[in-house]
Amino acid sequence: MFKFRIERAPAPMWTKPLIPIVAILVTFLITSILIILAKANPLQAYYHFLITPLSSTFSALEVLVKATPLILTGIAVTFAFTSGYFNIGAEGQLAAGAIAATWVGITFGNLSPIIAIPLMIIGGFVAGMAWALIPAILKVKLKVDEVVTTLLMNSIIVYFISWLLNGPWRDPISNWPQSPDIGSSAIFFRLIPKSRLHIGFIIALIVVVIVYFLIKKTPLGLRMRASGASKTGAEFAGINVSKTIFIAALVSGGIAGLAGVSEVAGIHYHLIDSISNELGYTGIIVATLGGLHPIGVAISALFIGLIDTGSQTVSRMLGVPVYLGNVVQSALLLVTLGMLLFQNYRIKRL
Amino acid sequence: MLAVEMKGISKHFGLVQANQDVHFCLESGEIHALLGENGAGKTTLMRILYGLYRADEGEIFINGNKMEIHSPKDAIAAGVGMVTQHFTLVPTLTVAENIVLGYTNSLTLSQKLIEQKVQAASERFGVSVNSSALVKHLSLGERQRVEILKALYRNAKILIMDEPTAVLVPQEVDILFESLLRLVKNGLSVIFISHKLNEVMTVCDRVTVLRDGKTVGTVNKNETSREKLAKMMVGRETFLDTQRSSRKTGESVYEVKDLTASGQQVVKALDNISFTINANEILGIAGVSGNGQSELTKVLTGILKPTHGSIKLEGQEISRLSPGDLTEAGLGRTPEDRHEGTIGDLTVAENLALEDLNNYTKNNILDQKKIHEDALKKIDEFQIKASPNDRLRTLSGGNMQKVVFARALSRRPKVVIASQPTRGLDVGATEYVRKRLLEERDRGAAVILISEDLDEIMALSDRIAVLYEGCIKGIVPTSEATAEKIGLLMAGVC
Ligand SMILES: Nc1ncnc2c1ncn2[C@@H]1O[C@H](COP(=O)(O)OP(=O)(O)OP(=O)(O)O)[C@@H](O)[C@H]1O
Ligand SMILES: [Mg+2]
Repeated sequence: MFKFRIERAPAPMWTKPLIPIVAILVTFLITSILIILAKANPLQAYYHFLITPLSSTFSALEVLVKATPLILTGIAVTFAFTSGYFNIGAEGQLAAGAIAATWVGITFGNLSPIIAIPLMIIGGFVAGMAWALIPAILKVKLKVDEVVTTLLMNSIIVYFISWLLNGPWRDPISNWPQSPDIGSSAIFFRLIPKSRLHIGFIIALIVVVIVYFLIKKTPLGLRMRASGASKTGAEFAGINVSKTIFIAALVSGGIAGLAGVSEVAGIHYHLIDSISNELGYTGIIVATLGGLHPIGVAISALFIGLIDTGSQTVSRMLGVPVYLGNVVQSALLLVTLGMLLFQNYRIKRL
Repeated sequence: MLAVEMKGISKHFGLVQANQDVHFCLESGEIHALLGENGAGKTTLMRILYGLYRADEGEIFINGNKMEIHSPKDAIAAGVGMVTQHFTLVPTLTVAENIVLGYTNSLTLSQKLIEQKVQAASERFGVSVNSSALVKHLSLGERQRVEILKALYRNAKILIMDEPTAVLVPQEVDILFESLLRLVKNGLSVIFISHKLNEVMTVCDRVTVLRDGKTVGTVNKNETSREKLAKMMVGRETFLDTQRSSRKTGESVYEVKDLTASGQQVVKALDNISFTINANEILGIAGVSGNGQSELTKVLTGILKPTHGSIKLEGQEISRLSPGDLTEAGLGRTPEDRHEGTIGDLTVAENLALEDLNNYTKNNILDQKKIHEDALKKIDEFQIKASPNDRLRTLSGGNMQKVVFARALSRRPKVVIASQPTRGLDVGATEYVRKRLLEERDRGAAVILISEDLDEIMALSDRIAVLYEGCIKGIVPTSEATAEKIGLLMAGVC
């Protein structure tokens, strides 16, 4: 008879790449109960979750489309978390970026794209930063917990957008609570004909590379990592921790703002009420799953994009609620975090 | 009978061989010292015995039975208890709650009942604690007694104490030794790790010395001496006494005037302190722990802003500068607690570069090559046992302290602030740090040495100031100072 026991020791290195795979398997085991309750065949469901989206070019590109804003919000969250600033406000900062992009797109959308698009990107970045400003000031000046303030800012902007769309920006032609379309030169052009994939995806990848470089290779990045790892240690070493956190908080807001630009200029072409659609919150999941490493974050955004696309396929094919996708996502996060804990243990045969 | 026998224990972390074929025997009812330089592998060996690490090789026998210890649970079941270098108590719980935490199976917890039980245990073992006090209100010595009682409460017959005296004031050390001797009479066996050879010679029966992860040998206390032990640890003769140079000191460099600051508990942790230091001089600041040393270090290193008073460096007012600006101005700053001045999750090289990032930046990009090369140089110069890419967290205390010093001294500062620089360091590292401070003085720096170790103060300082309840109780040249005189000042007698 074999006997096993668990002991505290770092798991062997070869288990690392297994983590996501095992996490997915465990998640599917857990969520299959729900799928069975929804009267569908779990195996079929997983097939549609993971394989069907990749089996046609169109839907595979759709995965990239879904991943684009998630890469940006995930990176935004990563940037702040690295410096020890827990920005939960990517949701609102994205919305602020979207508002700015809409305004720029409507106002300057008839100029050349060479002017309109950069203006929109800058405008969205600045707006995201502006929306991150108040919590950042409260944090460094008065030590007010940013988790609370950034979260509250999210609700404020939801109502602000609602006011905009039911008041001054309401589309005069359709009279829907949505803004008029942005000018045609402001629209992000498509990368591949007949797909929705737009240059926002390229922008997101560029942001990944820049942020990777900033965090790992620049003095600001080292200051951020130092402040995030030990505030007292960083302060002692002469780092201005407040300033570092302040910068990180604003840049994080700016990056989240870019996600808003990308959604307006690449997908909707106008502002809608549900522009954020939890992309900011999902960014926290993406950042955590990606281990706060820019490359990991990009990969996890692609994966969440796949599940997002997959959940639509599943619901179309098998008639289960789309929300199953959300459940799978959340379960996956919990399982992965749990797996990270298991990394500290070994199983030993007696 | 042997309480513990560890045979052929080996353990590596990455490339570091922390323990290699170590043999260790603990007799029943003895106090057995484990000695060795920083990084010799003492903590690792004990963590293996306590089930926190798993040995790569080797066998462990407890009371003659071969044991597989996979976790502290197994160790506790086998009667082994450990008081670690850093305490593991929950500050917001009471003493009684901390002691029964994780050692009770009942669903409900009667506060009264556990307090009674713990108080009874406290009396039975002769380890005095107040079972209803909150841990956060206790001094370090009291917390340690709680840790000891916690182990005894779990029926420990073998008690591991990893550097228990490093954080204690002399009086508390005496109390600890009294209880240990009494407990041993009643059948407890103790493994005692310390760097202080006179403590080892006072309280222990036998001594095992480790060096570079290997056992050097085990000796009876009666057949050895401090000097012999030091030699076993370091592998060569050491010079425990350092000599002062008779050179004249230079101009006044650093001037502290009417400095007042508040601490966490007290309003006036520092009360109108004044002193000056000259170039080529070491000013020792002696005192029993808790008389304002922490606050003084924090104010001098720029972490705490004084409420009143001035600090002048070559005539320039610097008391309100930020830590970074102080470094710029020419201060070499070291923290009282090395963990508070460094970042465990960054690498050794990054920690070394952190204070001087401008110098390591080219075109707004970190100059990784220079960071790496300078780290190699400093590692070599300061004999740090680590490589540049190691996370600082994995270094032993002494090596971490050397990193702190390497960083503070790298810019040839005009003023060096050294606070408890040899706390927790082994003989070799202590000798190194002290020599280094003397070299800094001879180079022309003004050195402030804040230390609770009176021998260290007497050995290094040119003048000695005594800190008592936040006030300076007189400054005397070392030539006129005797241990008695300073001792009286430290006690606040005159
Ligand atoms: N968790 C770890 N990961 C990597 N290396 C480690 C780890 N723990 C210890 N080491 C290394 O193993 C060696 C022995 O360390 P250990 O802590 O046992 O020394 P020590 O004798 O207790 O020293 P000190 O007197 O400074 O406490 C050191 O080189 C240390 O850097
Ligand atoms: Mg140790």
